[in-house]
Amino acid sequence: MSEIDYLNASYTLRSWFLTTDHKRIAILFFASLTVFFFIGGAAATLIRIELATPQADLVSADGYNRLFTMHGVIMVWFFLIPSIPNTLGNFIVPLMIGARDLAFPRLNLASWYLFMLGGTVTLFAIFAGGIDTGWTFYTPFSTLYSNSYVLVAVSGVFIVGFSSILTGLNFIVTIHRLRAPGLTWYRLPLFIWSLYATSVILVLATPVLAITLVLLAAERFFGVGIFDPRIGGDPLLFQHLFWFYSHPAVYIMILPGMGVVNELISCFSRKEIFGYKFVAWASLAIAAVGFLVWGHHMFVSGQSLLASLVFSFMSFIVAVPSAIKVFNWTATLHKGSIRFDAPMLYALAFIGLFTIGGLTGLFLACLAYDVHATDTYFVVAHFHYIMVGGMVTAYFGGLHYWWPKITGRLYSEGWARAAAILIFFGFNLTFFPQFVLGAEGMPRRYHVYPPEFQVWNVLSSGGATILAAAYLLPLFYLGYSLFFGARASANPWNAPGLEWQTASPPPEFNFATQPMVTRGPYQYSTDFEPEPQNA
Amino acid sequence: MTDWRPPFSLVASWLGLLALLALTVTLAYVPLGAFNVVVALGIGATKAAMVAAIFMELRHRGARTMVFATAGLFWLAILLWLGSMDFLTRT
Amino acid sequence: MLKGRAFAPQFASSRHRDETAELGMWVFIATEVLLFGGLLLGYFVYRHANPLAFAEASRHTDIVIGAANTAILLTSSFLVACAVDALRANARSASVALLAGAIVLGASFLGLKGIEYADEYREHLIPGIDFVFDGALANGVQLFFVFYFVSTAIHGVHMLIGIGVLATLALLVHKSGSTRRRAALHSAALYWHFVDVVWIFLFALIYLPGRSGG
Repeated sequence: MSEIDYLNASYTLRSWFLTTDHKRIAILFFASLTVFFFIGGAAATLIRIELATPQADLVSADGYNRLFTMHGVIMVWFFLIPSIPNTLGNFIVPLMIGARDLAFPRLNLASWYLFMLGGTVTLFAIFAGGIDTGWTFYTPFSTLYSNSYVLVAVSGVFIVGFSSILTGLNFIVTIHRLRAPGLTWYRLPLFIWSLYATSVILVLATPVLAITLVLLAAERFFGVGIFDPRIGGDPLLFQHLFWFYSHPAVYIMILPGMGVVNELISCFSRKEIFGYKFVAWASLAIAAVGFLVWGHHMFVSGQSLLASLVFSFMSFIVAVPSAIKVFNWTATLHKGSIRFDAPMLYALAFIGLFTIGGLTGLFLACLAYDVHATDTYFVVAHFHYIMVGGMVTAYFGGLHYWWPKITGRLYSEGWARAAAILIFFGFNLTFFPQFVLGAEGMPRRYHVYPPEFQVWNVLSSGGATILAAAYLLPLFYLGYSLFFGARASANPWNAPGLEWQTASPPPEFNFATQPMVTRGPYQYSTDFEPEPQNA
Repeated sequence: MTDWRPPFSLVASWLGLLALLALTVTLAYVPLGAFNVVVALGIGATKAAMVAAIFMELRHRGARTMVFATAGLFWLAILLWLGSMDFLTRT
Repeated sequence: MLKGRAFAPQFASSRHRDETAELGMWVFIATEVLLFGGLLLGYFVYRHANPLAFAEASRHTDIVIGAANTAILLTSSFLVACAVDALRANARSASVALLAGAIVLGASFLGLKGIEYADEYREHLIPGIDFVFDGALANGVQLFFVFYFVSTAIHGVHMLIGIGVLATLALLVHKSGSTRRRAALHSAALYWHFVDVVWIFLFALIYLPGRSGG
């Protein structure tokens, strides 16, 4: 069995680093993202070790500031935002829509190089001494008072923003223009709808981050007080500009995860997604309404009361499409033939953990409660439930689901299920105590705390140890499968999508002949034949 | 050389744009109070629309291109409107 | 089977490729709208808070250069639009000449901008480098000029990129008028026109306020 696929088509360095094949670019991203995940995770480990005791014993206050900033900057921009779109998205989107590549393959490669350049610059800032402003870079600390590598870090983030923009642009145009004949919008898998919605946010929100960072850099470098109250500037202008991007950014981070969950839930219940159109339009609604809520990060910053009320109201509205999705997934599970393979364990975990994260977001959307909970561990727990319990879980689920397609190998199901369960357990032990801590008033971004908070902190740090070990497990059994795993067939899950109708791993140009589509997605309930192929 | 001539629509647009430029500069010197900014932006928007419709050929494009072309403007409107709301309503 | 076609394998035809490229350019333009949009928000917020200062500051901008530059850019857009039309009519050398004209105008724009910046330096109006202004409106004037310099500098960078793109297209079109290059020229033209539209609005917001004295 020595068929030529995208992996063995050529082994030269040039064929990898100058590739325009979306599948190889996905692998490049996957490798880099994994490195960044563990760097960001290392920072988190140090944070949790420090927080196991009320007093400072591992790092100084200044050192701690650098740790949580490093953790936030790396995890947000160099892991979460690119994760599913640039790995699973890059690999699967063209296959799923019956295309031979993305619309602009060279822009895709440029996106990876920009990611690496931005990452290198930012890592330089971090390892040269770090930044202590928090990933939010609030002025005037970042512009006037911080003695850290702010300009370098901000440059790195600026650069990686363009990587995001190019990816979003590529996906939008690809989904519009490169769908196979017969693949109408309502026949698309929901993973595509989610990535489309994500891409709309990527292209429209990221430029505002770019200009915000330019203004920050100008103020810091030239000493021009754009946000300086002493000359009439307003620090809140920075916050508005920053959060106009950064709130939609969290939807960039979760929508792809929701997209993956659609695929997993349907495959492992052997049912089509209940309420397909509702879920599809809910993705777009999340993207659109997600642009209207950013002021909920600024309830106590001095924003006008009217603005706070509007943003609070919109924040309740934005929960609705997410809730619709959760209800539809649950309805899909109902009377399905459930299989508890590893990807399904991740998908089920996602539904539960995302729901908790989302509901606690509603707590924070309440003005009165937010006054109490803002800048406490309640917020930290809320967003980790969504980002880690939701997005990272979905990423792992999708990674396992499509691993046979991407690598042509099968992983050990036993180890995968064990890791999934351990991750779930470790995650909850790490982050649920943080809800309690926050409600009891422990502030975030402090390395010391009153002794009465220690018990919950110890639980959280204990959970973090388990979580760290659990996250390391896939490195081993997935890595093992690359060399010793059983060879995968084209369709190991017996799923109807177009990506399963080509070999595992796929040939260089994806399909021998142009597929045509004659039916909707998720046709699990009928005995299906593969789609007709047409040159 | 060749017998190519610039199309009438392009020449007329160009002259129209220059005329609007002269108009907007002239009107800037006329005291209209709060209306000065409305006039300036209104004329600017007209010029922009002409460039978009005629130079950028949007008038010959279908609905999908129009949506793509105007999406940025729509989101810009959100940024400006919702973004200023705080500053305009502070007490 | 897939190699040797005139268009990349993910496309069904050359026309498919060209239409896709144009769509991509429009998406890119949308991102640029939001990029400048952030600056606009800051401008409007501070103008609302400092109306007199912004009017006063605007009076210190050079409306002659500003208006001349606007006319130059509008004309350059006209030439670029003509270049696209000429290429469509297969008048390749006319197209190249028109592009060259647009490039010259673009360079003149930047030259005049440089003169303007030098004048502003002489008048001590560059915040962070050399800013001196008397009176109660000094803070607001300084904020105006921060936005003036950041906006026009970023616009200038876009002009430079646009000139580079037009020059590249002029060279490519000079060699061949294939449909692919026609489509590339059309996309480049879209970018150039967009940079022109940005200037139209910058001109209205920078040079015109306060001219009527209030």
